[in-house]
Amino acid sequence: MKLIIAIIQPHKLESVKREMEAVDVNLMTVTNVLGQGRQKGVTEIYRGAKEAGGLLNKVRLDIAVNEDFVEPTISAITRGAHTGSVGDGKIFVVELTECIRISNAERGSKAIG
Amino acid sequence: MNSGDTAWVLMSTALVLLMTIPGLAFFYGGLVRRKNVLSILMQCFIILCVISLQWILFGYSLAFGPDFHGLIGNLSWAGLKGVGFLPNADYAATIPHIVFMIFQMMFAVITPALIIGAYAERVKFPAFLLFTILWATFVYDPLAHWVWGTGGWLKNMGALDFAGGIVVHVSSGISALVLAIMLGKRIGYNHRPIRPHNLPFTVLGAALLWFGWFGFNAGSALAANGIAANAFLTTNTAAAAAGLTWAIIEWWQNETPTILGTVTGAVAGLATVTAASGFINPMNAIFVGIAAAALCYTFVAIVKTKLGYDDSLDAFGVHGVGGALGTIFLGLFCEKAINAAGNNGFLFGNPKQLFIQCLAVVVSSVFAAVMTWLIFKIVDALIGMRVDEKNEIVGLDLTEQSEAAYTVIE
Repeated sequence: MKLIIAIIQPHKLESVKREMEAVDVNLMTVTNVLGQGRQKGVTEIYRGAKEAGGLLNKVRLDIAVNEDFVEPTISAITRGAHTGSVGDGKIFVVELTECIRISNAERGSKAIG
Repeated sequence: MNSGDTAWVLMSTALVLLMTIPGLAFFYGGLVRRKNVLSILMQCFIILCVISLQWILFGYSLAFGPDFHGLIGNLSWAGLKGVGFLPNADYAATIPHIVFMIFQMMFAVITPALIIGAYAERVKFPAFLLFTILWATFVYDPLAHWVWGTGGWLKNMGALDFAGGIVVHVSSGISALVLAIMLGKRIGYNHRPIRPHNLPFTVLGAALLWFGWFGFNAGSALAANGIAANAFLTTNTAAAAAGLTWAIIEWWQNETPTILGTVTGAVAGLATVTAASGFINPMNAIFVGIAAAALCYTFVAIVKTKLGYDDSLDAFGVHGVGGALGTIFLGLFCEKAINAAGNNGFLFGNPKQLFIQCLAVVVSSVFAAVMTWLIFKIVDALIGMRVDEKNEIVGLDLTEQSEAAYTVIE
């Protein structure tokens, strides 16, 4: 089992969701987050005082998948979020040691889907 | 007595109240960080409570009561003794004296509230309260007497101030500058700009200020007549010209106009036209508005950064600078053709008026600055003006008031 964490541009959320549904990955947690990478932040101006590098709005997806779904999920996110410029985001894949469905106490691979 | 005049001044009184709460409260409240918004709303609200009582108990008598050597009113009208339903011809011949009194009360309320912008986000609540009462009594009341009170020495000298350019805006703005310098910068001010937490609040507040300002300026005619209408129009014109000018300056300087800049410009235009509103031609109010935006922008965006004082919400940069500019512009543009009770200004063959206006600005600025310095020293010794570092970082809402504006989890 793997946990896939993706940080993407907010306006790419809909196309990422579409691509993931196409490869039958339907469970995810979505949060609004702030961040900055190589793209740096935006400049905000308040009464002439400039704040360069304010953090940018990003969307974070947390997706737990079985091994067979890892590569399809990664390519679905990449297809949905790609524009080719800096700021498109990143995908992190980490080992997932356990997963428990609260409603019926199922564990492991059965509980993920 | 005239029932139309009375109705208009009563209505204007309510409009001026609207400027303090919710107008100024939300204008300032949106500009601070989310951890301090309730402290601003509280300060504005409690000033209305406190000064309303101070005014009827003794403040009105000090400002407008029988003259003592041109410097202050005596206490014979304390507790509104003799201030009743009959008009006082010295101030307003066609409305009950008590109506004039309560209209002026709202000016006494908003003036110390304007100063909040200078010490926002770092003042102790009890210190703020004591400072406000002392400032209203020893700065506002005497200044109002000098300029507006019968026998006041600036009034006798011929200084003109239609609706409070000197009494309200110069006095609060200069005091704000002194306070901002004495109190020091907010923690973290040098490292990065402190971002407003809710600009829609600020826009809402500015819109309510503009609306209420019709009562402030047109109400100051103390009658429902042509001078009131003229003040109404000059007020709207200056605000419009200043808001547009500020947006254009930002467009040119920063490549984008901002709503914060546009509403700040409008408020600067309103503060600037206040002194002159009942004395000048509406076409000249366009120049007043343009100059207001240009000069206030310079102070807020350039001078403040260069000199390094933390006038948190630009009480000095907008009200002090605007009020002084408008009072001086009045000396240029005023004409008897608009208001026979006024005078002709520099452009209408009376250069002396310009000199008198400049003198009035200088004298009232020095007085407000020295008194604010003194009151700060007294309150700082008794209570301490500034919150400690930990409380400033946690925020005044929690540490001074034990409440929070926004919940994170229900």
